[in-house]
Amino acid sequence: MRKSYRSDAGVETEVLHGIDLRLARGEFAALIGPSGSGKSTLLNLIGLLDRPSAGSLSIDGQATASLDDDALARLRGQRIGFVFQYHHLIPAFSALENVMMPMLIERGRPDQAMRARAAGLLEQVGLHAQMDNRPGQLSGGQQQRVAIARALAMQPSLVLADEPTGNLDTRTADGVFALLREVNATLATSFLIVTHDPRLAARCDRIVELVDGAIVADAPPV
Amino acid sequence: MHPWLPFEWIAAIRFLREGRMQSVLIIVGVGVGVSVIVFMSALLSGLQANLLARTLASQAHIVVLPPEDVARPLRAQDDALLGPLVQKQAQRLRSIDQWQRIRTRLAAMPAIAGVSPVASGPAFAVRGDANKSITLIGIEPEHYVRVVDIATRIVGGQLRVNAGEAVIGIELAKDLGAGVGDKLRIGSADGITDTFLITGLFDLGSKSVNARNVYVSLRAAQSLLDLVGGVSSLDLALHDIYAAEILAQRIADDTGLQADSWIRTNAQFFTALSSQSVSSNVIRFFVGLSVAFGIASVLVVSVVQRSREIGILRAMGATRGQMLRTFLLQGGVVGLLGSLLGSALAWLFLSLWQVFARNPDGTPMFEIAVAPGLIAIAAGGATAVGILAALIPARRAAALDPVVAIRG
Ligand SMILES: Nc1ncnc2c1ncn2[C@@H]1O[C@H](COP(=O)(O)OP(=O)(O)OP(=O)(O)O)[C@@H](O)[C@H]1O
Ligand SMILES: [Mg+2]
Repeated sequence: MRKSYRSDAGVETEVLHGIDLRLARGEFAALIGPSGSGKSTLLNLIGLLDRPSAGSLSIDGQATASLDDDALARLRGQRIGFVFQYHHLIPAFSALENVMMPMLIERGRPDQAMRARAAGLLEQVGLHAQMDNRPGQLSGGQQQRVAIARALAMQPSLVLADEPTGNLDTRTADGVFALLREVNATLATSFLIVTHDPRLAARCDRIVELVDGAIVADAPPV
Repeated sequence: MHPWLPFEWIAAIRFLREGRMQSVLIIVGVGVGVSVIVFMSALLSGLQANLLARTLASQAHIVVLPPEDVARPLRAQDDALLGPLVQKQAQRLRSIDQWQRIRTRLAAMPAIAGVSPVASGPAFAVRGDANKSITLIGIEPEHYVRVVDIATRIVGGQLRVNAGEAVIGIELAKDLGAGVGDKLRIGSADGITDTFLITGLFDLGSKSVNARNVYVSLRAAQSLLDLVGGVSSLDLALHDIYAAEILAQRIADDTGLQADSWIRTNAQFFTALSSQSVSSNVIRFFVGLSVAFGIASVLVVSVVQRSREIGILRAMGATRGQMLRTFLLQGGVVGLLGSLLGSALAWLFLSLWQVFARNPDGTPMFEIAVAPGLIAIAAGGATAVGILAALIPARRAAALDPVVAIRG
């Protein structure tokens, strides 16, 4: 895949050059690289939030190039979970409702099964007691756990995490990372995690390194 | 989260609830706008109904008269009306030719609610030294009450005009110092006089009508006015008073007679009513417009404030359509809640207004009520305006690029 942006002056800059990447089911991969190398851009393409300027992308064997915006949105909702650096919960909803949100968007109306699944996920991330708290009433680590529970709500094939621990202290970061690994082990969900922390990258199955919009290394940690 | 609410509703209501101050202010703003519209509409329709009722209290909706003295071309196919046009002297009262036939024909028209033959003309009433010029009106009461609601306006005695009986207005009674049971002599311009027993007093709400009109039986008026067997006019009541002018035109064309609608007779009054309606519509339009701009501007700000949340929802699979509807709904809900608040405010204003706006004698100036229909229209209209106003912000929300929104 290639991705280029056109500036306001009309100058076209390519930020991703010929990315060729295959993630197997159940794989737990780190995406590292210097700032500005295109990590977030690549994640947005894989997450169907943006379209490549050239090249193609398949998810679970399904080609995505010909899908319209609504079909992309639905596929994104069903197959992909996002965890962002700044957790990005919706302040107007409780922790439980935030976790229910992807299911609510997909199915249209809330139901008891959704509620039960969301409560189960929150229990899994250790936040059963804080279910009814608004995001503002949770610590940073707790919010990130809610975001992880939310990312898992639709049982996605792939979870994309953009510096999920970038905003947390070391101990909390370790806890959140351990949770991601645990989910990966129990649910066989694939993960692609952007991180600047070499310690965490070393605990992944595979490290993909991006420099200036191109993959320069792709190997298991040494 | 109510189990029966769809995602868009849940998100719209939460967003509104979370933007507390903003939502309260715009709903109050819409409410004030709607209250002005509802208050003005109720006041105006009350006022107009009152003025109309007063104007039409002593008038027929259409008065059919003999043709004017200028010879009109009579239409050949209408053989009943063919014949020599007898030019009578201008000062003499003339009867409508073959008025029974025309009456039957008019009575058969579905738009006409009642037809009353009337023989009327100038006369004078004498009692003792007092001598007053009057309009003598001969009626068949059972038909006349369909046209002029005099039966309910009797304030003394009763509406009874058998031979030798007359019903007069309260002003005339005062001027002549007469009451029910007193006698009255009435003389016509032709020098014919007759004596009548006053059987009833009416108050038709107009001083001049109360001072001039004297009702007697049709037969009595015919003989006093030298119109034996004839009538000077056919007075009509209509189902739809605003159709009067068009219908009068048709009757005139059909019969070759002169037909005057109340709209023509009260042209100035009617113009005043219409221009009042026009100017109130203009005010309503601009109040509605400013309500729409208010809703739109609040929602535009809200879309900017929530762009990150919109981006997250989109990342979680929400489609552009879902985001569009979420914001359209917010506009609709603001409009609806504002209209309910506005209707309550308008009801309050109207109640206060009715307390303070009173005639010198303490009775209310006129009846006004907030009709349920008006509230329904206001609610529906404000909801529609809210949704329309939300169109621009909602489209912005839908068009938001989730990548930019999340990064921003
Ligand atoms: N919408 C855009 N328009 C123009 N240029 C863009 C746009 N988005 C990203 N870029 C450019 O693409 C390059 C890669 O950006 P990206 O955000 O993917 O980097 P990154 O690897 O995630 O960096 P960081 O580690 O700082 O988050 C940068 O040079 C950036 O300026
Ligand atoms: Mg980045």
